[in-house]
Amino acid sequence: MSLPIAAWYDFDPFRELHDWLRDHTADEVVYVVAAVIGAAGILTFVGLGALVNVWLERRIIGRIQVRRGPNRVGPFGVLQPVADAIKLIQKEVLQPRVSDSKLFNLPPILVFIPAMLTFAVFAWAPDLVYADLNVGVLYLLALSSITSLAIFVAGWSSNNKYALLGAMRVIAMAISYEVPMVLTLLTPVLFAGTMSISGIVDFQRHYDVWLAFLLPVPVLVYAVAATAELNRTPADIAEAESEIVAGYHTEYSGMKFGLFYAVELINSLAVSGIMASLFFGGYSLYGLDEYIPPWMIFIAKIYFFYLGLIWLRGTLPRLRIDQLMAFAWKMLIPLALINIAIVSVEVLLWRELELDDAVLGAYVAVNAVLGAALVVAFFRMLTRSYYRLPTRVRLVHDVSVPSLPAPGSAIGP
Amino acid sequence: MDEPAVIVAFWVLAVLTLGSALMVAVVRDLIHAVLFLILSFVGVAGLYITLSADFVAVVQVLIYAGAVSVLMLFAILLTPRSARDNAPVPYSAPLSALAGLIGAVIIFVAVQTDWAKAGDDGRFQTTASEIGRALLNPYVLPFEVASVLLVIAMVGAIVLVRPASEEEGA
Repeated sequence: MSLPIAAWYDFDPFRELHDWLRDHTADEVVYVVAAVIGAAGILTFVGLGALVNVWLERRIIGRIQVRRGPNRVGPFGVLQPVADAIKLIQKEVLQPRVSDSKLFNLPPILVFIPAMLTFAVFAWAPDLVYADLNVGVLYLLALSSITSLAIFVAGWSSNNKYALLGAMRVIAMAISYEVPMVLTLLTPVLFAGTMSISGIVDFQRHYDVWLAFLLPVPVLVYAVAATAELNRTPADIAEAESEIVAGYHTEYSGMKFGLFYAVELINSLAVSGIMASLFFGGYSLYGLDEYIPPWMIFIAKIYFFYLGLIWLRGTLPRLRIDQLMAFAWKMLIPLALINIAIVSVEVLLWRELELDDAVLGAYVAVNAVLGAALVVAFFRMLTRSYYRLPTRVRLVHDVSVPSLPAPGSAIGP
Repeated sequence: MDEPAVIVAFWVLAVLTLGSALMVAVVRDLIHAVLFLILSFVGVAGLYITLSADFVAVVQVLIYAGAVSVLMLFAILLTPRSARDNAPVPYSAPLSALAGLIGAVIIFVAVQTDWAKAGDDGRFQTTASEIGRALLNPYVLPFEVASVLLVIAMVGAIVLVRPASEEEGA
């Protein structure tokens, strides 16, 4: 069905350009032109996004914390990110004399590469995918593991114990949270039967169901794991300023720090994009994509989840490192594993018995009930020993409190 | 494999892989050596892509560049004596001989194999589902043996780091 309103924002000129080039020139020219235009588009979105996100993040967190946020430079302070960037660029770039000078300048560049490459596999519209990889989901996971490596190099080359501590925390978190992330990203792949991002979006369009409804628990587990991997506030132990100065970027000044900061915002956009494509239908919106350009829907979904991340950052306090580790290993991984078993059985029943597609509706209901029961049971029973809360108000001397060591006595065993 | 772009990519990646592999042995700083090793792993992943093996290429980056290298970095970091330098060791002569022998065997096999028979039409195919079927149908026994081996390794690691005195932990 053709779009009712054909306009400049439908990218139809690009389609005509593509057809004209295909008819008149060699395949290589079409390929190169498409690659350059696509790269320029993604760079524009990400570059503008990084600027806009600085402003959004500071304004919204300011509003959450009952203060104004930046409001002096330009209307509503919208030019504040530009002013910040100019300030950072002209700042003196300091480098510790004892740092590993060969490696020190590498990480601010290295962290950018996986962050940018993530956007290559997103499906912005039915035919608007920069690189439609058959192994898209695996590719996203591979990229996220490269990021932590770059951060480790930053911490090591600084030759500063706080930077190294921050880097080691990043690696420990990345390893821990990668396990539940892989296990949850497996479930959309199981349902769609493909690892390509556009294939998963097509599955959701074809069956008119978002995978978030089919997979309620994986969505929650992925949201938590992705937030932890982003190093944002509920999980920003890698740069906990009250414990380890600023973590891995302690020694980076000027625009080198600015790049780390920008990459954090870009990665937030990337995680929102993964969330939107894999679980929330990508560029489709129950038929509305016939009237609104699909790429606008996709960007709107990205920013919807990005605003959720800002909300989390503005409201939650920082967790302790052992709490975060325990949360990954003792709660998220078992939850994700139980879910893989449930989803595998459902997909097997559906595919092998060749059940009617209406069974997906039944799965939505079953999974909602099962997921709620699982989460409740999990946090009530399996984790009782971690969070033992009193059930009624009691006086202190009714509760058996373990005897504390006398003041001044030796601490430890 | 005949297109000029693929040939250029092959040579660039081959130089990257072999050059960084050489630097692993040459540089004095052990951390630099591991970083060059990671570059070499990434180069190998690129070579897999020129062979249309997208799944293996991505897994190469995920496992070798992402996980194994982190393990090596931590091993170097947490070993006090060998922390920084790539010092000469008494085993360098026999180990060089062993490495040369392995290299000679690989080159011999590469020269002897009839590559024209092994290759397909050179198009990108969905290799992931084929690998999945192969792992769960004809090769299910080696696959399960590998899984059991990994479980044994994990249990062993837990046993090793468990404190000697059995405390009732929370």
